[in-house]
Amino acid sequence: MAAQTPSPDSLLPLPPATFHILMALASEDRHGYAIIQDVAARTDGALKLSAGTLYRSIQRMLEQGLLVETRDRPAPEEDDERRRYYRITPFGSSVARAEARRLTQLVRLARASGFVPGRA
Amino acid sequence: MHFYGLLLHVYPASFRAEYGEEMRAIFARAREENRGFHVVVFWVATVFEVLSNGLAAHWDVLNQDLRYSARTLARAPGFAFTAVTVAALGIGGATAAYTLIDYVLIRPLPFTEPNRLVNIWETVPSSHLGELELSPPNYRDYRKAATSFSSFGVFAGVAANLTGAGEPQRVLGDAFTSEIFPLLGVHPVLGRVFSAEDLKDSALGTLVLSYSLWQELFGGDRDVLGRKVEIDGIPHTIIGVMPAGFSFPDRDAELWVPLRFAPIDFTDRTNWYLHGVARLKPGISVSQAQAEMTGIAARLARADPKELANIGAHVVRLRDDISPRTRLLLEALMGAALCLLLIACANLANLLLARALARRGELAIRSALGAGPERLARQMLTESLLLSLAGGLLGGLIAYVAVPLFARLVPNALPWGEAPSIDTRVLAFPVLLTLITGIAFGAVPALRAGHGSEDALRDNARSGGGRRERLRSALVIAEIAACVVLLVSSGLLIRALSRIRGRDPGFRPDHALTLRTMLPFPKYDKAETRRTFYNRVLSSARQLPGVTSAAYTSFLPMVMRGGVWHVEIPGRPQDVAHQESASARFVTPDYFVAMGIPFLMGRGIQESDTREKPWVAVVSQSFVDHYWPGENPLGRRFKFNFLDHVVVGVVGNVRVRGLERASEPQVYLSYQQAGDAEWSWYAPKDLVVRSSGNLLALVPALRRIIHDADPEQPIADVQTLNDILEDETGARTVQLRILGIFASAAFFLAAFGIHGLLAFAVSQRTQEIGVRMALGARSSAILGMILKRALILAAAGVVIGTALAFAAGQSMRALLAGVSPADALTFAAAVGLCFAMTLAGSLLPARRATRVDPVIALR
Repeated sequence: MAAQTPSPDSLLPLPPATFHILMALASEDRHGYAIIQDVAARTDGALKLSAGTLYRSIQRMLEQGLLVETRDRPAPEEDDERRRYYRITPFGSSVARAEARRLTQLVRLARASGFVPGRA
Repeated sequence: MHFYGLLLHVYPASFRAEYGEEMRAIFARAREENRGFHVVVFWVATVFEVLSNGLAAHWDVLNQDLRYSARTLARAPGFAFTAVTVAALGIGGATAAYTLIDYVLIRPLPFTEPNRLVNIWETVPSSHLGELELSPPNYRDYRKAATSFSSFGVFAGVAANLTGAGEPQRVLGDAFTSEIFPLLGVHPVLGRVFSAEDLKDSALGTLVLSYSLWQELFGGDRDVLGRKVEIDGIPHTIIGVMPAGFSFPDRDAELWVPLRFAPIDFTDRTNWYLHGVARLKPGISVSQAQAEMTGIAARLARADPKELANIGAHVVRLRDDISPRTRLLLEALMGAALCLLLIACANLANLLLARALARRGELAIRSALGAGPERLARQMLTESLLLSLAGGLLGGLIAYVAVPLFARLVPNALPWGEAPSIDTRVLAFPVLLTLITGIAFGAVPALRAGHGSEDALRDNARSGGGRRERLRSALVIAEIAACVVLLVSSGLLIRALSRIRGRDPGFRPDHALTLRTMLPFPKYDKAETRRTFYNRVLSSARQLPGVTSAAYTSFLPMVMRGGVWHVEIPGRPQDVAHQESASARFVTPDYFVAMGIPFLMGRGIQESDTREKPWVAVVSQSFVDHYWPGENPLGRRFKFNFLDHVVVGVVGNVRVRGLERASEPQVYLSYQQAGDAEWSWYAPKDLVVRSSGNLLALVPALRRIIHDADPEQPIADVQTLNDILEDETGARTVQLRILGIFASAAFFLAAFGIHGLLAFAVSQRTQEIGVRMALGARSSAILGMILKRALILAAAGVVIGTALAFAAGQSMRALLAGVSPADALTFAAAVGLCFAMTLAGSLLPARRATRVDPVIALR
C-alpha cells in the first residue's frame, strides 16, 4: 500500500522525530529501543522519544516507504527474538538527504540574515 | 506494568497488536531508570504521552481509512454515485416530510404554555353542520358559567378596506375581544393591545398592526402610534404593533380591531360566527373542561329548547385542532416518504451486499497480509460512514428544496409565523438509518467474507452463498412491494383528481373574469347608493369591447362556500335538529348569463324586481327536488330567513361548496330587495364579466371604471372563473405532484434494484451458465432461466404490495372522492408497470447471460 514512488520533496518538511529516526537507522538496522537510545545519545539526552511517538512515527514511515521491517537478524548473540528490526530504504535515504539539504539552505539563509554567529 | 497494559487500550487495537509488546518492553526499561520521587513524575508524563499519542494514532488510522475509502470509491464511481444518490433520495424525502409534520403536528405553538390553550366550538349533533362557531348570546352564557378557564375570548374574521395610508387596499384581519392577546401571552413590540374600554360600542376605533403591515405601510416608523387610518371609511387610531412572526389565528391576519357587540347581537342564538379560544386554569384538563361545558350546554338547551335543542360544546386543544384532511395528507406524505426510505435502504443494502461479495477477494488478501479483523472492520465502517455522510449531505440539500414544495400541500395548516426550516435533529434520523444500513449490509458481510480467508481466496467470488442470495431477493421483493404501494396510491389520487375535474361546477368557467369590490359600510348603507355604484360599473363594463355580459353577486361560488339562510316551506313540519337551509345570494339581473348558469324554468332576476314589489327568488333545481319534487315550483311561496318570497324561476345547480363537497340548494334574490343597511355582509361585491376577447386585457379598463365610480374603492382578487376552478383542485395537484415524485423515484430505484440483483446473479453464475451451454442449453433457455427468476421476484413483490396498497387505499379513502380503494384499473396499471419495470431491469443481465462463452467461462 506504499505510495507509488513520490518525489522525496513531497514529504518535506519532515517531523523532527521522523528525521531523527532516519538518522538513527542511517548506519545500521535497529530495533525500537535502540532507536530511542541512539537518538538520545546523538542529542546528548535532549530528545527522548516516547514509545508512542516512536511507533506512531514508525507506522507512518513504513506506510510512506521510508523504512522496512527487516527479516535479516543481527548476529545471534545480540538478537532478541521478540524484537522487530527496521531498515532505512533507498527512498528513506533520499528523503533524509532532501531534508538535510532543505535545512542547510535554511541555515544559509539565516546566516545571511545575521542570525547565525560564525563564518561569513 | 499492568496499568501500562491497560493504558495501551487507548491506542487503536491494530496499533496495539502491532507494537504493544515492544512498547511494554521499552516502558519496562524506562521505568527502571526512574526511582523515588521521579516515579511519580514519570507516571504522570506517561499517562499524558499515551493519551496524546493514542488519540493521534486513532487520527492516523481514520485518515488512512478515509484516504483508502476515497480511493476505493473513486475506483468504483458507479457504485459510489449510485449509493450516495440512493441514500440521498431516501434521506431527503423522509427529512422533508418529517420537517413538515413536525411543524404542523408536533412542535409546540409559539405561545405561553401552549398546552393550556383550547378552542371552543358549538356542535349540533345529527346535522351536517358539524362544528360551528359560537353565537354571541351563547358565548356570553358559556363564559359566565364556565369555571375551567382563566380566560375565554372570541374573535371573528374581518376583511377591511384600508385607506389613509397610501393606496386604498383590502387587508385581512380579525376582530378580537380584549382577552385574546393576553390569553395567548403575546405582547406588542410597540404600544398596547385592546383593553375592555376599546370594546365598548361607544369607544373610538382602535387598531393593532402586524409587524409586516407596519413595515409595509409605515416603513417601521416608531411614531406610528396615534396615527389615524380609515377602515371601511371609519377612522381608527393605531395603538400597537405586534412582534415579527406573530400571526393569529392564521397566516393571513395582518391587523386586529376590537370585537364589539351591540345589544341586538345577543338576540339570535343561531348566529354562529365567533371563534372561541380559552386558556385552561392550571391543573384543569381538557376533558374536565369538556365535561363542564357539556353540562352548561345541556342547561342552555333546557332553558331554550326551541332554538338550542341538541346543542353541545366541544373543547379541543389548540395544538390538536387540525383538520382531519390535513392530518391525513401529512400522514400520506410521511407514508410515501417512509416507503421511499425503505426502498432506498433496501437498495443500498443490496448494493453493499453485492459489493461485499465482490470484495471478498480483496479482503482475504488484506487479511492474509496481516490486517486483523478489527482493522478491516474499522476500514469498512469508515467507508459506510463516508457514504452515509455524503448521502446525508446531498439528502439535506434535497430536503431543503423539497420542504417549500411539500408545505404547499397544507397551506392553511401552517398558521404560525415563518416558513418551516429543516432541523438538523430531523435530518439525523434518516442519516442514522442509512448508516445502520451501511454497517449491517456493508461492513458485516464483508467481514464475514474476510473471515473465510483461504476459502475466499480460493474460490474468490464464484459462490454467492444461498443464504445471502435469499436475503438479497427478499430485499428486492420489499422494494417492489413498496413500489406497488406508491404507484397504487398515486394512481388512486390521479383517478380521484380526474373524477373531480370531470365534475360539472354548474357554471361555464371559460371566458369570464372576476374581481371583488367590497363596498364599505356605513358609506354604502343606502340601497340607492349601492345601486348607483353597481349600475355605473356594470353599464360601463358592458360597453367594453368583447364584453357580452356583466353582473354582481354577493359571493362567487367556491370563493365563499357558506352564507346559508333558514328555509321554511308552508305546510312542511319544522325540525330544529334538521335545519333546512339554502345558500343565499343577492344578484344583479345579468348574473346567470354572465356565469353561464343554465335557465331551466321561468325567468331570472330583473331590474323591475325592486324593494316595493313582492320579493322574488330564483331557486336551483336541487331546491325544487328537495322541497317540491315533481311539482311545478313557479309561483310557490316559502319563507327565506323568515321573510316571504315567491319563486319566479329555476336554474341549474351550482357547486357552491366546491367540487368535493355536497352543496345546499341555492336561492338567488334581487339585489334591489335588500333595504338600507340590511344584510350588509351579503351586499353584492363580486363582479363577473363574460367576454369573448382577452380577459386580462380587460383589467386596466375595469380598474378605471371602478375608480371613476368611487376613487376610494379598492379592488381585490382579480381572477378568472377558470382560476377559481383550478384553485379547487390546486391542493390535489400539489399532492399528486409530490406523491408522483416519490412514486417515480421508487419506481426507478426498484428497477435499479432488480437490475443490480440479476446482474450480480448472472456474474456469479457465469460458470454454471457456461456448463449449461456447453451441455447444449440454448440461449433461449438461459434467457428463460433469468427472466423466470425476475418474474418470480416481481410476482412475490406484487402480491405483497397489492395487499399493502389496498390497506393504504382504505386509510386514505377520505381523499379519494368516491374512487374505490380497490379500483381495478389503478391496480392493473400499477401491477403492469411493475412487471414492465422488472422486465426492463432484467433485460441487460439476461442478454449478458446469453452471451456467456462456455470456453471462457469454464477456463
